Amino acid sequence: MYPAAFDYHAPTTVKDALKLLGKLDDAKLLAGGHSLIPMMKLRLAQPKHLIDLGKVKGLGGVKEEKGVIVVGAMTTHWEVESSKVLKAKVPVVSETAAVIGDPAVRNKGTIGGSLAHGDPAADMPATAIALGFEFVCEGPKGKRTVKVDDWFKGLMETALKDTELLTTIRIPVWAAGSGACYMKFPHPASRFAIVGVCAAVTLDKGGVCKKVGVGVTGAGTRAVRAKTVEAALLNKPLDAKTIEAAAQKAADGVDVQADLQGSVEYKSHLCRVFARRALEAAVKRAQG
Amino acid sequence: MATATIERLIGKSIKRREDPRFITGRGTYVDDVKLPGTTHAVFVRSPHAHARIKKIDTTAAAKHPGVVAIFTGKDMTGVNSLPCGWLLPDLKVPPHMPLASDAARYVGDPVAVVIAETEDAALDAADKVKVTWDVLPAVSATDKADARTSAQIHEVAPSNVAFKWQIGDAGAVDTAFRNAARVVKKKIVNQRLVANPMEPRACLARYDAATGDLTLWVTSQNPHVHRLLMAAFVLGIPEQKVRVIAPDVGGAFGSKIFLYNEETICSWATRQIKRPVRWTSTRREAFQTDAHGRDHVTEAEMGFAADGKIVGLRVKTIANMGAYLSTFAPAVPTYLYATLLNGVYTIPAIHAHVTGVFTNTTPVDAYRGAGRPEAAYLLERMIEAGAAALKMDTVEIRRKNFIPKFDNGFQTQVALNYDSGNYAAAFDKLLRMLDYRKARSDQEAARKQGRFLGIGFSTYIEACSIAPSKVVGSLGAQAGLYESGKVRVHPTGGVTVYTGSHSHGQGHETTFSQLVADELGIPMEQIEIVHGDTGAIPFGMGTYGSRSASVGGTALLMSLNKIKEKGKKIAAHLLEASPGDIEYANGQFQVKGFPGKAVPFGQVALTAYVPHKYPEGLEPGLEETSFYDPSNFCFPFGAHACVVEVDRDTGQVKVLRYLAVDDVGNVMNPMIVDGMVHGGIAQGVGQALCEGAVYDEGQLVTGSMMDYALPKADMLPMYETDRTVTPTLVNPLGVKGAGETGTIAATPAVMNAVVDALAPLGIDHIETMPLTAGRVWSIMKSAKR
Repeated sequence: MYPAAFDYHAPTTVKDALKLLGKLDDAKLLAGGHSLIPMMKLRLAQPKHLIDLGKVKGLGGVKEEKGVIVVGAMTTHWEVESSKVLKAKVPVVSETAAVIGDPAVRNKGTIGGSLAHGDPAADMPATAIALGFEFVCEGPKGKRTVKVDDWFKGLMETALKDTELLTTIRIPVWAAGSGACYMKFPHPASRFAIVGVCAAVTLDKGGVCKKVGVGVTGAGTRAVRAKTVEAALLNKPLDAKTIEAAAQKAADGVDVQADLQGSVEYKSHLCRVFARRALEAAVKRAQG
Repeated sequence: MATATIERLIGKSIKRREDPRFITGRGTYVDDVKLPGTTHAVFVRSPHAHARIKKIDTTAAAKHPGVVAIFTGKDMTGVNSLPCGWLLPDLKVPPHMPLASDAARYVGDPVAVVIAETEDAALDAADKVKVTWDVLPAVSATDKADARTSAQIHEVAPSNVAFKWQIGDAGAVDTAFRNAARVVKKKIVNQRLVANPMEPRACLARYDAATGDLTLWVTSQNPHVHRLLMAAFVLGIPEQKVRVIAPDVGGAFGSKIFLYNEETICSWATRQIKRPVRWTSTRREAFQTDAHGRDHVTEAEMGFAADGKIVGLRVKTIANMGAYLSTFAPAVPTYLYATLLNGVYTIPAIHAHVTGVFTNTTPVDAYRGAGRPEAAYLLERMIEAGAAALKMDTVEIRRKNFIPKFDNGFQTQVALNYDSGNYAAAFDKLLRMLDYRKARSDQEAARKQGRFLGIGFSTYIEACSIAPSKVVGSLGAQAGLYESGKVRVHPTGGVTVYTGSHSHGQGHETTFSQLVADELGIPMEQIEIVHGDTGAIPFGMGTYGSRSASVGGTALLMSLNKIKEKGKKIAAHLLEASPGDIEYANGQFQVKGFPGKAVPFGQVALTAYVPHKYPEGLEPGLEETSFYDPSNFCFPFGAHACVVEVDRDTGQVKVLRYLAVDDVGNVMNPMIVDGMVHGGIAQGVGQALCEGAVYDEGQLVTGSMMDYALPKADMLPMYETDRTVTPTLVNPLGVKGAGETGTIAATPAVMNAVVDALAPLGIDHIETMPLTAGRVWSIMKSAKR
């Protein structure tokens, strides 16, 4: 075994999981294991305890409740990708899941594990921001719901507290006349997003934008909402010129990081390109 | 008895006999070999690119439960340096001890080994080995290694220069350039690559204290070379006491030719602790310690006459050797590179100067193609740069310069004598497949829409069937380069072949069986191919440099002929005829012209082992061994084309079409050759578009599959491939070698296509690969037009 030694715990209820989390020193929650286990294999992470959520009841499944799709945190990317409910009500969520990693990753990795981990190049954060996901966390003091704009705090840092468990993700269903699209420029090795942009729009009958969400992932240390892009679109008819002008602002507020795949200038440019492409596709879908 | 003519198998796409066991997970790789009492080795490696070892404290680690032994370099007394097997004049050969004890010189350099009952215990204990380092300045950049300010890596090599070497006629090039209409000068960087075979390196060493025998299972392309170098040169163990077994090996691309630290240490350690010692590389260790490939920085100048004819070529290359000289490292950027700089063109004057430098990086050695891809890349880039300078069509300039068709010998300006070639024919076939005129008009139409389409070509020549001994010996090889083949006919007519070459993906069990089946007229099911075990096979040189079919196959053919000759004597006796009147056809020995008067192969085999009615004076048994040392290399060639589109928004290169016409001489199994070509093209495209090992002050930044981009299926179109066939006269099979062609040809074809795509921006050259989207975008952005 490559990782350093650790103790393994497999609770079956949220309550027991929380109890272990409170009691054990240096414990990590294990969901699908596709971020944590590789870190442990390289011994970059050496937790003393692993609390496996795989046997905890009630953390899976996708269902619709009053205009909101409720997704259990332990739902795998594959289940998100193939869910009939999601495909019918918020297809962009399934589409985003479908471009995560490869089939092996999607069969084990979970939507909650990924969103709680907060990898800056993960795909789903862009879509979470664009659509306005909500995160239900359970801790020793009970449940609380966190809005997506308060969720991604920094590099691998989310609003989830050390004593809490992310149990449920709530995805709002946008009104008729809406369309959304996630577009990604994948890293040639890892296939994580060098840049990924999700755009969602609601158009009225005259083609005027009544609601908009744009999330940008990959380029910076955390996924962010492209507020200036959204402001440039809201209450305007979404013609090509407006979209192009709005997309130009897609890197505003992103702390773009340079690496082997490109300079800050290049990645900022990619934010603009993919914002435009995602917006164009979203508008087309909204128009039906 | 008359038999129907048996269908010949050579030239047919026989399905690979070895595949059922591979694709059902039933192969036996080194890590599958289980021995009772096995211990597990984990290496403590340097995290620094260059650091003096002040102290290694193993006290805490030794107390860890399950630890059997811990060794450092100081414990390995009486052990010699890992040898360099190819010497150049005035080559600086620094000591390369299996465990570094004075200083570590690259990240991953092993300094201690922890051996424990389990791999877990060894890993945990290795974490507790405390090394006190005195970190030294490090240098990793190829073109900065010999700068005065750079760190001094080895005492024996001032300014970190391993060798300075040259070939060709410098004066003739000077003269040619003075008279040239145009001399094009370009900087060409051929970046460092990591081989990344699917199976990582592994070894299992077992010392039998009762007999004194050592058995080493190791991922090797050449088990006899491993045995000779390790036993005789490093550990001082008599060869007859050492057996090296390379069982199923899951790919190599050259990286498993070499003798490495790890198997040497495990073989030494098993003798100390008298228990088997196993090591299996992790992928991270593979990135850090498997020999890397390429890594040249070159200044090339090509002179042209006004009509586009090449008049001369001058090349100055700095080749990165890494921290130590790997087994055959000095040969790669010299005799396997500069001797190919004549390419398929008439170049009246050539001079090449190569400086090999040490850096604080993983040692560099042969990687699929080894030197020849670097040469082809340089030539193909330069000829297209020349076409741009002269405003000539890239097809036209090549046609003007091809060496005309020849059947038996062409002397180049750089030592080699090509066997046979018809370069224009392969190129013409390629152009027909491409429909060149239409491709150019499509490109024009696309450009009018603002799209960047590019068409790139490459031609290549390869020196493969690596041999002959006399020639390579005169060039510095410390080994011979022949091959062995033994044929053992069993009393019942079954046949076991023992070949000195080694299959780690090439499909020997199939192609060699095809050869035996055809020659003896017996079904493939009656034939077994054994390779990779020094305890079973005659001394052989192994597989690399596309040599198995041509050199190994010929050795096998020689033994088959000997079998038939002896069989004729036995059959003649049985048929009461003269041996001179016996011929072998369709699986039987028959009196010439009388197929009814015959004895089948099986009966002759049985008679050889039950020699009751037997020729006077003839030895019983039917078993023959041959060693084949060819008279020359073989020289496959070909022409490839690539059509790309560059996304102007992102810089992303999309390969729209990829076409290849290869001439590998006669083809024994078209499906297997196609497979080699396909895989090779993928690797060549990979080098052009995404692969590249990057160091930052000695730290390997691309040290995992998350950072180092191997080519993926969705990057590649369906290939369009074909062949021309120009058999070699060097060997009786007429085969030239097919293992490396795609890797050699694809990289320049893709690069040339991208440069062509960007031509509207005034771009005629790109110095550096890979052509990542970010790099291409920056090039577009900074273009003058």
